[in-house]
Amino acid sequence: MQTYDLEAEGLRGLNASLHAQSEQTSQTNWEVVNPKGSHAIAVGLDAPIEVSVQGSTGYYCAGMNKQATVHVKGSVGPGVAENMMSGLVKVDGDASQYAGATGHGGLLVIKGNASSRCGISMKGIDIVVHGNIGHMSAFMAQSGNLVVCGDAGDALGDSIYEARLFVRGSVKSLGADCVEKEMRPEHIELLRDLLARAESDAKPEEFKRYGSARQLYNFNIDNAY
Amino acid sequence: MSVKDNTENGPPQTVPIQSETFSNPINAEIRRAAATGIYDIRGGGAKRRVPHFDDLLFLGASVSRYPLEGYRERCDTKVTLGTRFAKKPIELDIPITIAGMSFGALSGRAKEALGRGASAAGTSTTTGDGGMTPEERGHSSKLVYQYLPSRYGMNPDDLRKADAIEIVVGQGAKPGGGGMLLGQKISDRVAEMRNLPKGIDQRSACRHPDWTGPDDLEIKILELREITAWEKPIYVKVGGTRPYYDTALAVKAGADVVVLDGMQGGTAATQDVFIEHVGLPTLACIRPAVQALQDLGVHREVQLIVSGGIRTGADVAKAMALGADAVAVGTAALIALGDNDPRWESEYQKLGTTTGAYDDWHEGMDPAGITTQDPELQLRLDPVDAGRRLRNYLNVMTLEAQTIARACGHNDLHNLEPEDLCALTMEAAAMARVPLAGTEWWPGKSGSGF
Ligand SMILES: Cc1cc2nc3c(=O)[nH]c(=O)nc-3n(C[C@H](O)[C@H](O)[C@H](O)COP(=O)(O)O)c2cc1C
Repeated sequence: MQTYDLEAEGLRGLNASLHAQSEQTSQTNWEVVNPKGSHAIAVGLDAPIEVSVQGSTGYYCAGMNKQATVHVKGSVGPGVAENMMSGLVKVDGDASQYAGATGHGGLLVIKGNASSRCGISMKGIDIVVHGNIGHMSAFMAQSGNLVVCGDAGDALGDSIYEARLFVRGSVKSLGADCVEKEMRPEHIELLRDLLARAESDAKPEEFKRYGSARQLYNFNIDNAY
Repeated sequence: MSVKDNTENGPPQTVPIQSETFSNPINAEIRRAAATGIYDIRGGGAKRRVPHFDDLLFLGASVSRYPLEGYRERCDTKVTLGTRFAKKPIELDIPITIAGMSFGALSGRAKEALGRGASAAGTSTTTGDGGMTPEERGHSSKLVYQYLPSRYGMNPDDLRKADAIEIVVGQGAKPGGGGMLLGQKISDRVAEMRNLPKGIDQRSACRHPDWTGPDDLEIKILELREITAWEKPIYVKVGGTRPYYDTALAVKAGADVVVLDGMQGGTAATQDVFIEHVGLPTLACIRPAVQALQDLGVHREVQLIVSGGIRTGADVAKAMALGADAVAVGTAALIALGDNDPRWESEYQKLGTTTGAYDDWHEGMDPAGITTQDPELQLRLDPVDAGRRLRNYLNVMTLEAQTIARACGHNDLHNLEPEDLCALTMEAAAMARVPLAGTEWWPGKSGSGF
């Protein structure tokens, strides 16, 4: 286990050390102490390493992650795991706005609640929130799965494309072109797997599925010259 | 003389008078809107006349200043971008770059041609909405990677492959607007790069999904620098609206380079009403932006790239005399590749338009094979020939700018200064803050009485 004191040694050194790890690294376990709400912790990782952050972070923790597992033992600021490509990011506490924004892959697990715009523009990432999510979540969500074990705020899935949204609790309102959809057996299976990987004991049968009505897919093109 | 004016048939009568307000094009647009219920979308930039570089003239050398020999004496053109924070700034041979134009809006072959031409001329090209293609990376010796609100195709590997990163806040053609790539242009490849189904319209958001104000931008820049080990220059691109404040805030957020795009700047597809009625003319943007850089003590340390209606070496020289470090070209580069070429006139006519006016770039039926994803049409553009034309054009613009700079007595394009200029109109004088031709004053100059 490598321990890195962020306060004493600084952000650049942390990210540089983590970026220096390759596929074959033997230093697979990293512990970051004294994060104290710093921004851009463990961003741009690209190796099968495990990083645990002992405390809360600022913006963009684990941004653009590939392969790595980042476990935050606290809460995270805006944009956690933004544009994640693969790997796993787990947050024990709550997440601020834009959690998992534009993520292309991997799994983001938030044990607490997530604020507004969770999963905005998501492009393939899976997100599981144990608590509630705020307004405008999954705005323009393109693909991937957003699972909410609690409630969702206003305008869920506004202008959504092909992402799947699963909510166990109430949905305050649905955004433009987002509708409730039938839960078919394949969705139950998908959900069962995601919930298990996210360490949730919620039952897939308790969720409702939401997705695109596909009414906004084609702008009625102009016929001007 | 009209029939009505013929006195043989009775008393003199008034001739038919067309309204300046309700002109034929306006009336046609009213009829089109009434018939279809849909606003007009098109490509290109503002077509209306606005004060522009044509309204400025260079003074040239005189008794008080001596010129440099046209072909013999040195006149440097090199520019280095990203000297403020980046470990690996970009060095360009000429201060004319190729602006960001998306793969999706343009064909892969057009992107390749842009890369070839720019590289041969010693300058950079830029990706666009839709991500980085191997064609453009492979053929561009210096490639700027755009970081846009849509984040289509955005990934950390391409970020690291780039030579610089351009965070796009806005575009001159549509400051405050997002993008649109209509379904006709969404081929399998474009769809896959953007993680969306084929054939559906792809909207690009108008603001970034994970940051909003200037304080957030500072943290976003920190994140991008950390991911790329502080190597790459980071540009911030804004549409011309509040150039003084936008430039100042970009500097404060930590930008290495500010890209400022005026309202004549082209777009692949936007509502006509947006293109023609939102934003400032390029000419009006430059001095406030330079003023902001000077007030913050970073003029030349944070470089300014100006775009929007740059066509000739004279435009390049004028933008630089007003304080820009470099310029970017979009539309002009496409014309150099072969866009709107008279050889396709009969096909333009079939599309209901004519050479020079063709702007339905969003429809994917470009006779020149540039703004299309159609497999057949694309083949009309030979990337090697088109790249050569672009290189020639960039070289000519550079030579023209040098010609002017030498005539003004400067051994570097960057030594051109506002004092080399005068304005032909009051508007241009006020915007460029240079004297009206033959006078010592401009509107707004302190003590000028205005
Ligand atoms: C076909 C086309 C596609 C464009 N795509 C983008 C884009 O993806 N991102 C962007 O920031 N600007 C885009 N632009 C704007 C250019 O980057 C640039 O700001 C503009 O073209 C400069 O003005 P000019 O066309 O008069 O040279 C596009 C412009 C054109 C003509």
